Amino acid sequence: MTDLFTPRSDAPHIRELAEIGGRSDTRDVLAHATKQARDDYDDYFIVDIDAHVSEDHFWGEVLDLIDNDVWRQIGMDQFGKFAGNNALLNIQPGMSHQSVGGRIGHQGRKEPMAGEEGHPFVTAARRGMDAMGLDYQVVFPSAMLLLGMHPQDEVEVVLGRAFNRWLTEVILPPNPRLKGMLYLPYNTPEVCEELVEKYADNDGIIGYTVCSTRNNPVHSDVYTRLYKLIEDSGKPLAFHSGYHWGDPSFAQLNRFLSMHALSFTHYNQIHVTNWIINAMPERFPKIKMVWVESGLAWIPFLMQRLDHEVLMRPSEAPGLKRLPSEYMKEMWYTTQPMERTNMELLEATMKSFNAETQLLYSSDWPHWDWDAPSTITRLPFLSEQAKRNILGLNAARVFNLPTDRQKPPAEQVLQDRPGIS
Amino acid sequence: MSARVVRRDVVVARLDDLRERERIVVDVEGTELGVYFYADEVRAWYNVCPHQGGPVCQGKMMPRTVQLVRGEGGLKSGGPGFHPTDRNIVCPWHGFEFDVLTGKHPADHSVGLRPVPVRVDGDDIVVTI
Ligand code: FES
Repeated sequence: MTDLFTPRSDAPHIRELAEIGGRSDTRDVLAHATKQARDDYDDYFIVDIDAHVSEDHFWGEVLDLIDNDVWRQIGMDQFGKFAGNNALLNIQPGMSHQSVGGRIGHQGRKEPMAGEEGHPFVTAARRGMDAMGLDYQVVFPSAMLLLGMHPQDEVEVVLGRAFNRWLTEVILPPNPRLKGMLYLPYNTPEVCEELVEKYADNDGIIGYTVCSTRNNPVHSDVYTRLYKLIEDSGKPLAFHSGYHWGDPSFAQLNRFLSMHALSFTHYNQIHVTNWIINAMPERFPKIKMVWVESGLAWIPFLMQRLDHEVLMRPSEAPGLKRLPSEYMKEMWYTTQPMERTNMELLEATMKSFNAETQLLYSSDWPHWDWDAPSTITRLPFLSEQAKRNILGLNAARVFNLPTDRQKPPAEQVLQDRPGIS
Repeated sequence: MSARVVRRDVVVARLDDLRERERIVVDVEGTELGVYFYADEVRAWYNVCPHQGGPVCQGKMMPRTVQLVRGEGGLKSGGPGFHPTDRNIVCPWHGFEFDVLTGKHPADHSVGLRPVPVRVDGDDIVVTI
């Protein structure tokens, strides 16, 4: 903090605010969100069901937990020599444009942690939760979200196992406000089954996640036992969307903007279509399906499109007892990145799938297109109850979370560090 | 009866200092604003982004990116290029950009920064808030 020289005796107190970049403290980057929390929603119970304080910053720790000697040795060798935080992964660093040429510093940030005890991931996550006014935050994998298209299934298996150990042994235990989704290496169903059974009673694990960016279909019979286990666990199954420029569907797109706009919704549309047309909601009626990170605009599009087709061709969807949109209204969706350029369309969109009970707030912090809780509290057409449901009460129902307050008061957070850098 | 807004002049920087640094962002007892010196002009904008309220003035200053053209009467794409003089303020929260002199978003001129009245008084930069 710098006090600027001011020549007048009645001059007000002026303090200088620094540029925000990749090394800024989360509390400084998010100080405006903390002020929004103080002014608008400090008494709301808020669950952020999709955040990404990224495992790739601690990738050596994850690689070290690989249970196969050979893959661990190959991973550590790559890590030390040329691949670093991308060792064994199938992401393409040269095609990562999320920070927009360095314009958005919190994407891939490196936070100063001097003087803090404990794991830096946990510290960064706590700072983010406090600054945004969150009671709970659900941690998702980040760089691993493309693993579904890794050509070597056994690499997905060893990394999935290692990540789940790291999550449950290192990251979740120090802070009960952090919750996790178990990574399912979906290309190998029997390992998914084994993992669901192994972590069934883990308090930190409140659901299961599959990265949607993949080729194999969700309705395949190889998943029958897995879905039965998930249904019996009572914990939701979340498909987290992503992008992969190697997917031939996207070879014509020349800008990340275009890729980002289309790819996330593309994978969710494929999986929701297969899930419904193959009557999975009739076969596994109790599975709580959550579709993560595609915004909302695709939902009414797909509802109308599938209803229209099923009415014309019911013989191709013989397992359905209702229209696709009726099943879609019983699934859950996450808010981010929520399209907000046309309030009339957004209002109609939210009505189409009963957002009041089916929508779950997610920040996606610290990714480049994250959404603050104020994106919900400032919507002009939602009732107070709808805002509270979307920001936390719906998630408490889906994930079986208690709703008592976990976060410090926003005013306290601002007093402790008023956004200075 | 409307509430009376009391405004006052506040010296927030020295001209020399601002000229050298091009941008200074300050919090004046709860009011945050960025002051800019660019192309011999001084501007001040509230440090609140019209998108989600982010700390827009604490982001980077970057040349505006333009679409270059080439060949056949300038109808072929020449790829992206940096504008030789125009500078944008980039909001660090999600990347909205605003022209430092006009405060307007390059693709939607109805979206822009809120100006703070600012003047140069001798060697002082004075804002009215
Ligand atoms: S708040 Fe400025 S770009 Fe979103």
